[in-house]
Amino acid sequence: MMPKEDQKRTLLALENISKAYTGVVALSNVSMAVMSGEVLALIGENGAGKSTLMKILGGVIQPSSGHILIDEVRYDRFSVTESQSVGIAFVHQELNVFDNLDVAANMFLGREKRAGFLRLLDVKAMRAAAEPLLRRVGASFRPDTPVADLSLAERQLLEIAKALSIQARLIIMDEPTSSLTLSETKTLMTVIAGLKAKGIAVIYISHRLSEIAECADRVFVLRDGKAAGELGKGEINHDAMIRMMIGRDLNSLYAPPARAPGEPILSLKAVRTRAKPRALVEFDVHDGEILGVAGLVGAGRTELAEAIFGIDAILEGEIMLAGKPFRAACPRDAIDAGVYLVPEDRKRTGLVLESPVCENICLADLGSMSSGGFVSRRLVKARAEDQRAKLGIRTTDVMRNAAELSGGNQQKVVLGKWLSMRPALIIFDEPTRGIDVASKVEIYRLMRALADAGVGVMMISSDMEEVIGVSDRIVVLREGEIAGSLSRPEFSEHNVLKLAVGAN
Amino acid sequence: MHKKDLGLAVLIILVGAVVYLQNPLFLSPINLGNTANLIGLFGLFAIGQGFVIMTGGIDLSVGSMIALLGVLFVDMVGKFGVPWPVAILVILVIGTLLGLAHGLLITRLRMQPFVVTLCGLLIYRGVARGYTGEATAGFPFGANYPTLEWLTIGRSFGVPHAFFAMIIIGVICWFVLHRSVFGRHLQAVGKNEDAARYSGIRTGFVITAAYVICAALTAVAAVYFAMFTRSVQPSSHGNFYELYAIAAAVLGGFSLRGGEGSIIGVVLGAVLLQELQNLVNLLGIPSSLNFAVMGAVILAGVLADQQFNLYRARRRATAALGVPNKSGSARHQTPATTNDLTP
Repeated sequence: MMPKEDQKRTLLALENISKAYTGVVALSNVSMAVMSGEVLALIGENGAGKSTLMKILGGVIQPSSGHILIDEVRYDRFSVTESQSVGIAFVHQELNVFDNLDVAANMFLGREKRAGFLRLLDVKAMRAAAEPLLRRVGASFRPDTPVADLSLAERQLLEIAKALSIQARLIIMDEPTSSLTLSETKTLMTVIAGLKAKGIAVIYISHRLSEIAECADRVFVLRDGKAAGELGKGEINHDAMIRMMIGRDLNSLYAPPARAPGEPILSLKAVRTRAKPRALVEFDVHDGEILGVAGLVGAGRTELAEAIFGIDAILEGEIMLAGKPFRAACPRDAIDAGVYLVPEDRKRTGLVLESPVCENICLADLGSMSSGGFVSRRLVKARAEDQRAKLGIRTTDVMRNAAELSGGNQQKVVLGKWLSMRPALIIFDEPTRGIDVASKVEIYRLMRALADAGVGVMMISSDMEEVIGVSDRIVVLREGEIAGSLSRPEFSEHNVLKLAVGAN
Repeated sequence: MHKKDLGLAVLIILVGAVVYLQNPLFLSPINLGNTANLIGLFGLFAIGQGFVIMTGGIDLSVGSMIALLGVLFVDMVGKFGVPWPVAILVILVIGTLLGLAHGLLITRLRMQPFVVTLCGLLIYRGVARGYTGEATAGFPFGANYPTLEWLTIGRSFGVPHAFFAMIIIGVICWFVLHRSVFGRHLQAVGKNEDAARYSGIRTGFVITAAYVICAALTAVAAVYFAMFTRSVQPSSHGNFYELYAIAAAVLGGFSLRGGEGSIIGVVLGAVLLQELQNLVNLLGIPSSLNFAVMGAVILAGVLADQQFNLYRARRRATAALGVPNKSGSARHQTPATTNDLTP
């Protein structure tokens, strides 16, 4: 497949890169090389330092120490412009396209072609130049299509075509398939093979190990900000990757339940939500169990949680909470019934970042800490201190803004908000995204303790290790519907994925 | 011409037809001329406001600036005998500098556009009133400036020159916004400033330039207004004009979040606003109600537009999902989106 193996040369080398933020070391002493024409997969758990490393390559942040070597030139500081001029291009997870412009305008943004005496835009020339590039990546849309009309997959192809138009030598793809369908993923694989044949290097960041096994020439593994090792073409397999990524056995995360599951705490019957009006949802969360909810991005997991919590509407169906009918028209209803949500986006919906820790903890329950409409600062502080001690929230003072805390401690503040009240059911949506391993383990223990104490625990997670390691039972969503349910002996990444994608 | 602009044009014609049926004076040459004059005056600075709103910003200082520059212009020409071309140049330079100050405060010192220009609104009005001691600035009795008057309040073929001025400036601005590299960068910056910066666009320059354009066009409008009213009462001249400009832009399809809008749209917005003003006068509605009429129409227009977009987005989403799943057995990924692309 690769006959010219010996002709490959080092395109870029990162040497001894470290990056420390206030109090947190994101990367320590990482060295990594990229050869021209290779697909280098970069893997690691959330928070392992992948995105920090890529931001350094993009010139968006500067390393605390270490340097970058490109074409024998050494860069101690590396700017966005330098990154672009040496031919590094990004295809982002959150795509940076401008949906108020058309395809060609996006492709040539910042490098517009001009014509005529007035040096106005040469729209025709740009469209003509865009056409062959779009064809090269197998895109079926035309250069004059408004980007607003493109699907996510098509926008991604546009980003790749744009990378080609700036003569990129290295294209960094960050979770490129997270919102793609299977057939779209296949197209992308073909495009990547084409890039490789032209000598363009690709850094492929993904959690989908089967894709990596399919397309990568080499795998570079990061763990807790350090290089955990490399796998050559022949060594790439699923087990080896997981072992390197987590550095321990999967099952060590699993703390067994103290008792057998009891009656359902929450049960949904024939529920339709506004977000996925065609899908019928039915499942139970039992007393004493942690229910894992798995599925691909876009399967409707978060939407389902938000519907239960009263943020989005439920169109029809029956929900029972501890044997009584339950329906939340707004989050206040859910909270009053003891149904709490730990949301996916901690910084946007979990916390008021610019408010003190104590106010965040008490925000949902100010009524019980006030009299005559005046909030008692003493009670607020006391409750916050109580949660700080119970959850081990590391902050010097509960009056500090939540923004100043690390990810793990922020998540504990979100948890403290709910645990200081009377939970009947807590929905955790991606509870450990972007937080350190130590805090993760603490959160898993906490979920287990809640389940043992009779609180319903529902955990939505895209992290396969987590779903399999922590849950007592897994339901898998596919296009808004429950595709199946797995009990502990049936747990395997293969089985979960099979249900998630619906393959035979 | 966008669909949105077309819809607005149809609305203008419909409203016009209704007013004409109620009161045929609507289409009389005198009424049309007067309305065209007002459209020109208000259109001039509404176009400028469009540039600022395109960046996701806002300029609230427009009305006060018209008062301050108007006072200065009238005094320069009427009181100090400055030749009017020099006076116009000075006014343009002052306007440009004020716009530059707004832009730099917003881009360099990271202040919010609303705050910066709100302070501008207060400061310019205050300076105008303080400078004149609340007295009305006017030209001396019997003074006339034939060329200046011809340029500003004169008419050719019955069409007021203010209207011509707006058309000429509108055409230039159309090229700047829709056909120049700067205009494209402006649209990109308004949509996503960070991503624009990463695409190599000098976002600070682009945003500052938008405020400069806005202030410069406001300065031009200030001269036209001063000549139109012949005297400038510093505490009331230009009051609320910034809101006319913002309303025209919003009616014309601009989004206050930035990145959306067209020159044709904002001009049509200015036309509709003056038409409504005219409607109030011609249909015998108490003129004290004119703001209420305008507010109601803008609210209804923006609401209808939003609902229409929502409907379209929903229809597109349904189309992208493909044929409804029958019995849930066949799970296919319909490449429906690619078909949607061919117009």
